[in-house]
Amino acid sequence: MVIPNQSRSARVRPYAITGGRTRSRHPLLLETLISVPDFDQDVRDKLIPEARDIYVLCQVKQSIAEISTRLAMPLGVVRVLVSDLADHGQVQVHPTGHVAGQPDRGLLERVLRGLQTIS
Amino acid sequence: MDYKPSPDGSEPLTISTKIVVSGGFGVGKTTLVGSVSEIPPLTTEALMTEASEATDDLAATPEKSTTTVAMDFGKLTLDEGLVLYVFGTPGQSRFWFMWDDLVRGALGAVILVDTRRITDCFPAVNYFENDTDLPFIVAVNCFDGMLTHPVEEVREALALSPDVPIVLCDARKPESARDVLKELIRHALTVVA
Repeated sequence: MVIPNQSRSARVRPYAITGGRTRSRHPLLLETLISVPDFDQDVRDKLIPEARDIYVLCQVKQSIAEISTRLAMPLGVVRVLVSDLADHGQVQVHPTGHVAGQPDRGLLERVLRGLQTIS
Repeated sequence: MDYKPSPDGSEPLTISTKIVVSGGFGVGKTTLVGSVSEIPPLTTEALMTEASEATDDLAATPEKSTTTVAMDFGKLTLDEGLVLYVFGTPGQSRFWFMWDDLVRGALGAVILVDTRRITDCFPAVNYFENDTDLPFIVAVNCFDGMLTHPVEEVREALALSPDVPIVLCDARKPESARDVLKELIRHALTVVA
């Protein structure tokens, strides 16, 4: 994660950036929101370019899917890099409604209320 | 939740969740996503690697080729701590693994149907009936306000069980599109214990 700052050829395979890892340790769903609560210029400068892009972008809260879209980065790569950033306490991983199984009533009722408020 | 609070405690957590919109190619998934979204719909391109036969012109990458799968999604802020994402499934139904990624953590699914090409949604119906536990409803997209088949004919054609709601909608209209999402959530509420 702290390899020297250098421009990276577009020919580098995406998974070379992640050291061949394809799984993240955090439950990062497409909709999981990521933010940077305490942006730190020194942290930014030490990150590899791809992680730096995520760190800078997530000063405004973004979902994993949005990060992938806005940075034109494959989802798998985004997940691994975000997971690393989260391990170092550099980004905040926000909770999703549920990961598996059934959502609870409270969440469904809150979603329904929200949808009713919009119209 | 085992998430660490932000170091200075200044940033409240925002819960996110999602609904999946599925159906045949060109049935109006992207239109529906755009109708409900507060941002212009985004397209994410998931890169995947497929095993393929070696070819001369791809000498540098002899054993693998990459393909991108596009999915559209939109976003609705429901309250200050809750964001709903609406994802359209990739048009190509063979990318089932991608659907699994979409479906994980979803509240439920909407299967959009165009009654002029009703068979197009069969793969989606099969998938949600057999391969997931997700609550789903069927929404008939009435292009130009035309309903070419009565709702019960749609149910019969899709061999849907009586407890799966079928609603009519106009995917172009935000209110109508939101009504579809509300109906799905109401249905999900009848399914959860």
